[in-house]
Amino acid sequence: MDLVALLAIQVLYAIASLALISVGLAIIFGMMRVINLAHGEFLMLGGYAAIVATNHGISIWLSMLVVAPVVVGIIGVVVERTIIRFLYGRMIDTMLATWGLSLFLVGLTTAIFGNTTVGISAPLGSFQIGAYRTSAYTLFVIVVAAVVLAAIFAVMRWTRLGLIARGTMQNANMAAALGVNPPRVYAITFGIGAALSGLAGAVLAPVSGVFPTIGVAYVAKSFITVIGGGAAIVSGTLSASSLFGTINQIATFVTTPVFGEVALLGAAIVLIRLLPQGITGRFFRRGL
Amino acid sequence: MNARALNLLGLGLVGAIGVAFLVLIPRLFELDVVLELTVYMIMAILALSLALIWGYGGILCFGQSAFFGLGAYTYAIAMFNIGESTVPLLLAIVLPAVFAALLGYFMFYGRISDVYLGVITLTVTLILFNSVNSTAGPEFRIGSARLGGFNGIPGIPPLNLPGNRALPIDLEGMFYLATVSLLLTYFGLRLLLASRFGRIIVGIRENERRAELLGYDPRAYKLATFTIGGALAGFAGCLFANWGNFVSPTIFGLAQSAQIIIWVIVGGRGTLIGPIVGCIGIQWLTTALGANQPSGGSDWWAKVFANVPLVLGIILIAFVLLVPKGLVPTLGDLGQWLLSSRGKRAETRLEPKQAEEG
Repeated sequence: MDLVALLAIQVLYAIASLALISVGLAIIFGMMRVINLAHGEFLMLGGYAAIVATNHGISIWLSMLVVAPVVVGIIGVVVERTIIRFLYGRMIDTMLATWGLSLFLVGLTTAIFGNTTVGISAPLGSFQIGAYRTSAYTLFVIVVAAVVLAAIFAVMRWTRLGLIARGTMQNANMAAALGVNPPRVYAITFGIGAALSGLAGAVLAPVSGVFPTIGVAYVAKSFITVIGGGAAIVSGTLSASSLFGTINQIATFVTTPVFGEVALLGAAIVLIRLLPQGITGRFFRRGL
Repeated sequence: MNARALNLLGLGLVGAIGVAFLVLIPRLFELDVVLELTVYMIMAILALSLALIWGYGGILCFGQSAFFGLGAYTYAIAMFNIGESTVPLLLAIVLPAVFAALLGYFMFYGRISDVYLGVITLTVTLILFNSVNSTAGPEFRIGSARLGGFNGIPGIPPLNLPGNRALPIDLEGMFYLATVSLLLTYFGLRLLLASRFGRIIVGIRENERRAELLGYDPRAYKLATFTIGGALAGFAGCLFANWGNFVSPTIFGLAQSAQIIIWVIVGGRGTLIGPIVGCIGIQWLTTALGANQPSGGSDWWAKVFANVPLVLGIILIAFVLLVPKGLVPTLGDLGQWLLSSRGKRAETRLEPKQAEEG
């Protein structure tokens, strides 16, 4: 029974971390159709931002939940203004340019921080489930993921900003005719996507540590989650990360973490083959 | 000078340079330079494999290194088990080709769009990397070959003359083999692209729907292109395993895949000579940057520019934004523009204008 509870927490945690690392990408890809291969590096930068801020005496919560998203959000806006905006509608070229950006950021952080893993210890200690102990931080990650998804849903569904964003993504010309400035919407959307990636990277930093090439570990997983989920941001991310997180965690439990990851990636390829439009292309079609 | 003559001239030029290279390099340079050039030649074959798939077939494959690595690993494992290199060499070509065919069948017959194709090939590469990387334990072995996980497989026996294991190919022989292979690959691909098959795959790249309506099955042609590309990359992998007598999972890595894409985009999509030039140029640059690594930590800028990913990243971004066609086509356009602006008055529109693409 304790083992089942523990496994359930692990599965929830796997789902939550997948949802967290993918949601920034889901916004950027789902709304702007931009494939951002530097997504993993945005996560990495979020981690570094949090660690540097913490080491400078800022409270760990503040640096994770405020500093990291703000820093990476600003970087995101800069990237959109300097690179991405020239490439809208050229999907392959965006993919290549952002890959270049990813290499560049890896190189830059290596030059600055060195090629070693830095970390901060996870706050909150641990708690007991029967005979097992598990980190309370796990629960925190789950809560953050839930709050982020709920917030995105609320913003998109009920605020003017969300309405404008959805309208612009659906038909930029029509939105422009109605007085919206599409380039600004794009820049803000990209910035928000980047900020959420920064947040995710920071929240996961105490778990995994941060090193310049950590983005590689994230990028494929977040891509397949987004593509597996399909166009709808919240329900897509949620359904795909539930599916993949469960598969990953169960395979990890049965074999090793590495093969858990392999099972996840394999399942994703099969899913993309079966449902090229993603889960929300077939189910929950009216979701958001 | 018409296009046909220009084409023949180009072919002749490449052949002449190739033969001169083949004959002169080992006579002019020391063995270390020859060794360095050998790996350039091998990588150029790899660049050609992506030039075919992406530049002509229009299939953006982010996982070309998967086939490359598969070829290298296949050769290594087969070599330890067989000991005579003819069969391992063939296996190193056939196995990646079969893998490419299966993957291609899965993707093209699933009608997966361009962009998702990139993500799937990327994912497959990562799967291979993760799996191979975690096989360090002694229980992971195929026959008498230990997979070695992140440690790689050292001490791979070299190729030998077909059927005679007593005559291994030495370092200089490797140079000749790699260069001749590159030349054969280049001319073979030129031949392939000049054939009916080549015209059709270019047609599909330009407009898949139209090609389909004309009665060609794009899926089958893409699959064939992809398979040929996989086989070529596997062959390059086999040569690479020979060159260093060593393979490690990093050749499956994303950095390797990124390099291949950078070679092609820098050299130019839709040409064969471009990716070769791009490959050799970037490889040379990478080596030069790596060699300039400052030993102390004093000069920050020197440290930054000795940082290969950083420089490659800037190159990739700059080319996508500023020279999206790549070096060779851009230079070609420039030359054409110079020629046409000079020759305009001399021969005014004698040739009928070619029908516009509609």
